[in-house]
Amino acid sequence: MLELEFMRLAFATGAIVGLLAPAVGFFLVQRQLSLIGDGIGHVAFAGVAAGYLLGLPPVLTAFVASVGGATAIEWLRSHRHAAGDQALALVFYTGIAAGVVLISLAGALNVDLFAFLFGSILTTTRTDLVVVAGLGVTGLATVALLYRAFAGVALDEEGARVSGVPVGFLNVTLAVLAATTVAASLRIVGILLIAALMVLPVIAASRLAWSMRSNLILAMGIGLGSALAGLTIAYYANLPPGGTIVLLAAATFLLASGAQSLRRG
Amino acid sequence: MSVAVELRGVSFGYDGGRDVLTDVDLQVAAGEFVAVAGPNGGGKTTLMRLVLGLERPRRGESLLFGEPAARFSYRATLGYLAQRSQLGSDAPATVREVVSAGRLAAGGLLGPLRRRDRALVEDAIGRVGLADRADDPLRTLSGGQQQRAFIAKALAAEPSLLVLDEPTTGVDVEAQEALAALLDRLHRELAVTILYVSHEFGAVEHVVQRLVLVRGGIVFDGPPSDLPGVWHDPSHLHA
Repeated sequence: MLELEFMRLAFATGAIVGLLAPAVGFFLVQRQLSLIGDGIGHVAFAGVAAGYLLGLPPVLTAFVASVGGATAIEWLRSHRHAAGDQALALVFYTGIAAGVVLISLAGALNVDLFAFLFGSILTTTRTDLVVVAGLGVTGLATVALLYRAFAGVALDEEGARVSGVPVGFLNVTLAVLAATTVAASLRIVGILLIAALMVLPVIAASRLAWSMRSNLILAMGIGLGSALAGLTIAYYANLPPGGTIVLLAAATFLLASGAQSLRRG
Repeated sequence: MSVAVELRGVSFGYDGGRDVLTDVDLQVAAGEFVAVAGPNGGGKTTLMRLVLGLERPRRGESLLFGEPAARFSYRATLGYLAQRSQLGSDAPATVREVVSAGRLAAGGLLGPLRRRDRALVEDAIGRVGLADRADDPLRTLSGGQQQRAFIAKALAAEPSLLVLDEPTTGVDVEAQEALAALLDRLHRELAVTILYVSHEFGAVEHVVQRLVLVRGGIVFDGPPSDLPGVWHDPSHLHA
């Protein structure tokens, strides 16, 4: 399997996204914003459509649209123009509607859409790998640097605000990180399954974790394991890689819940 | 003695609505332990938010240690315990992780905590009697112990002012009394100014120096022993 270049590229990009998605998703789950990845994914769809319309690389336009969507969700939420779920719904539906209209205007309703909706990791190129690696390293380094700050705000946002922590800046940074993750994951699991890779490993790990730090590290391990094992199974069983990776992460949640029940006796 | 908290002729209402608080004057000296009580909807949480500079008065001014509260220069020394419903107690955080978050503002956002910050965290955990539970996940602790962990988080900031918002909500009577004893001891040991904001004040009546009752304005301000007997049950404020 590894003698094939497309599989080596798939494993490399899968490993990066498998680590990055739960690392960012961890803080979203702690702040009960698990579905934000879904919302940003739908805005990314509009970005992909805009890419076709403007003749620009769809991953680039998806990244720009994702950052815009993530910032909009955070702005609506923090300025109390809409509750958290309403802000998501606004961006979610506007994104998908804009995507449908733009893709129709581009006359590209049948072009490669399936690859962006459900992922096409086996068609990853070296250029894709470089882009994903750049986004992944930047995202993971930011999480490592700001871990304490993100964790502190997740634990007690109002307390952090009172003591002068720049909560608004940290929230926007986290939203941009979520957008970066979505853009990096487009080719791996696709727009419709991105949020799953950000959330499922985290809630699976929370069943076994004994601290915030252990939750984060276990989640990254489950994300990485799901990506690598999912690709392997997909290769030998001729299954769609994105769906297989996410199903494995879901199965890990069931296993972890079972282990938690056994431990409690 | 210096003044920690000062409201001068403060009136406030939300989003163009009618005033929730009208013409409030309040001074709290540095080192005082004051309970702010009153019925739900009476404006005590709003008063607390004005004190902390989280809301700006419609009229009048709110000062912290002589500076406008909204632009207070030393926010890192404000210890604040939010209502339990706003705290991430379902997160798989240990006591030490929660208390470490108290050094976020003073210790900087980037990278791991420095040695001095870690020492302050351990000291705060010890002061609330949770040293033997420091590595335990918060969710395995009782409600009263979780509350103590968040008090330790506020103490880790070496606060000049400690504000507690409804600290007894969801906590049984025994834990409420333990909390009052803990606050009394911390007040004496650290000489910190404490504002204890709650819809009821029975648990701390015997340890606070002053009681402020709020219902649209300040309806009582003095030592708890001066409180008219009928008001000792806060539900009588509705009468």
